Amino acid sequence: MPTSTLTRDDPPPPRSPAPRRRGRFARTPAGRKHSRRLAADLCLLLAALAFVLPLAWLVFSSVDADSGLTARPPTDVTWDNFDAVMTTDITFRPLLNSLILCGGATAVTVVAAALAAYPLSRYRSRLNRPFMLTILFTTSLPITAIMVPVYGLFVQINLIDSMSGTALFLASSQLPFAIWLMKNFMDGVPKVLEEAAWTDGASSMQALVRVILPLMGPGVVVVTIFSFIMMWGNFFVPFMLLLSPDQMPASVSIFELFGNMGSVVYGELAAFSILYSAPAVLLYVLIARRLGGGFALGGAVKG
Amino acid sequence: MTKHVPAPAGSGDAAAGAAHVPGQAGGGRRPRPGPRTPAQPPNSVPRALLRALPVGPAVVLMLLFLAGPIAYCVWIAFTDLQLSGQAESSFVGLENFRTAFGDEGFINAVWLTLVFTILSSIVGQNTLGLALASLMQRASKAVRTVTGAIVITAWVVPEVVAGFLLYAFFRREGTLNSVLDWLHLPSQNWLYTLPILAVSFANIWRGTAFSMLVYSAALSEIPKEITEAAEVDGAGGWRKLWHVTLPMIRRSIATNLMLNTLQTLSVFGLIWAMTRGGPGDRSQTLPLFMYEQAFKNSLLGYGTAVALLLLLVGALFSLVYMRMLRTEV
Repeated sequence: MPTSTLTRDDPPPPRSPAPRRRGRFARTPAGRKHSRRLAADLCLLLAALAFVLPLAWLVFSSVDADSGLTARPPTDVTWDNFDAVMTTDITFRPLLNSLILCGGATAVTVVAAALAAYPLSRYRSRLNRPFMLTILFTTSLPITAIMVPVYGLFVQINLIDSMSGTALFLASSQLPFAIWLMKNFMDGVPKVLEEAAWTDGASSMQALVRVILPLMGPGVVVVTIFSFIMMWGNFFVPFMLLLSPDQMPASVSIFELFGNMGSVVYGELAAFSILYSAPAVLLYVLIARRLGGGFALGGAVKG
Repeated sequence: MTKHVPAPAGSGDAAAGAAHVPGQAGGGRRPRPGPRTPAQPPNSVPRALLRALPVGPAVVLMLLFLAGPIAYCVWIAFTDLQLSGQAESSFVGLENFRTAFGDEGFINAVWLTLVFTILSSIVGQNTLGLALASLMQRASKAVRTVTGAIVITAWVVPEVVAGFLLYAFFRREGTLNSVLDWLHLPSQNWLYTLPILAVSFANIWRGTAFSMLVYSAALSEIPKEITEAAEVDGAGGWRKLWHVTLPMIRRSIATNLMLNTLQTLSVFGLIWAMTRGGPGDRSQTLPLFMYEQAFKNSLLGYGTAVALLLLLVGALFSLVYMRMLRTEV
């Protein structure tokens, strides 16, 4: 909390040094500062306008009875589009599939990452550095590139079109980054507390579950939600590894709505897009503040 | 320090076992209060294994689902494996790669990938992200919050949804053309005339937030005294940027460029949702080319060879990125 208020209070400093300046410079810099702020505000608002146009189309046409491709405020506000897509086939089953797929994969990722981060963060070993370097290397490999061989492999071992297989793959592809994040968060927890637990007779696993993980709660939340959002938005993996329509998560099933380009009911597509995006956006809002706080905390411990 | 402690303790209670020990080995096996120091070589191997045990599940998963496919990728890139009907594939050596470099479609995809990456990641996301971040430093709080929220929303929205939004934006009857009409500028069917430009802009729209966040963090770490000193010395906006700001955040720039490029190299869903690589193959970057070869043309071996090339480029970038970060590991 205190860290976040510190960063929140960042704006005042630029204003305060101005009066402290020597007399003859006092007016010009202050005036220049003011006009510069105005210019910056205008530029940013222009950029914001450019960025918001596609989003505005999404919101407007989802409640427009007669929506086209141009963003314009609806003349006739209606919830019909939402009503039309709120069916088992279009919305609920794909979203449930997404939830099962991404929820399961996230659980695997977070548990495996927390376990792996523990020895990496706590014990010194000659293997730590090479291992972390490999992890770092893997985080930035383009997963897209290995999807063709993964497909081939999944066909051979008969995992194709299986939810659990796809979830395991999603989990593994997210693991390197999750381990990296988790280890960094864990490094921030002082060792003293855990040594106290050891003295009281706790095993290292007990120390991990009872002492470290609760202490790095925000970090675990960040890793969990971040992994979940990444998987929720992932299109290529389920697109390649799942075949039967009734297993498809929302990221793939949305193409059904899009249908053959041309005969699309844009209002419904927009309504479904909102329903599908909402969880990711809301979850991000949830961690946005903690993300800042968490990183600030990490910086404080390190620096 | 602890090295000295075991010796007297060992000899002290070794009245029973002193006969058969050449020193520390016997004593080390007993659990003792100092197990955190790497003192005794004989039992350090089993203990190290025990300690490393929690890494197991993660390692198994990554070996099975990441290292396995990569190894498999390397193998079938050298075969003529096809998707249907073929009982067995045979080793064809470098044939797939030779085909690739003589294949117009492949060369086209390489060029488009280059254009897409340079335009959207290196020029677009990076520069726009830096511009937004530095403007935000000066802007008033309300404007900063609103702009930040909008740009970040574009980033958090799922890839496919972003694709549809920008599809609607760039279509003939879409928002962009309405705006252009309103400004009395010529409009056109962007997805048909300049598809690669449209998908590049889509990627900029979607990815700028990341650069913006990286640069906001980096800029806020520059001490105020330094920029103020530059101002007192009479450095104007651009000179300050070039001589003070950019050198101070160069590590962030390098990191950000690398990550943006890697991310952009593997964009699939966004382009798929907007153009499917079309019209024709005019927005078919390498990932889409790879997909088409492997699945539409059933040339799994050939598609994988292309994938391997993509993977190599990615690995190269990744290695450079690691070198830049090496002090932090």
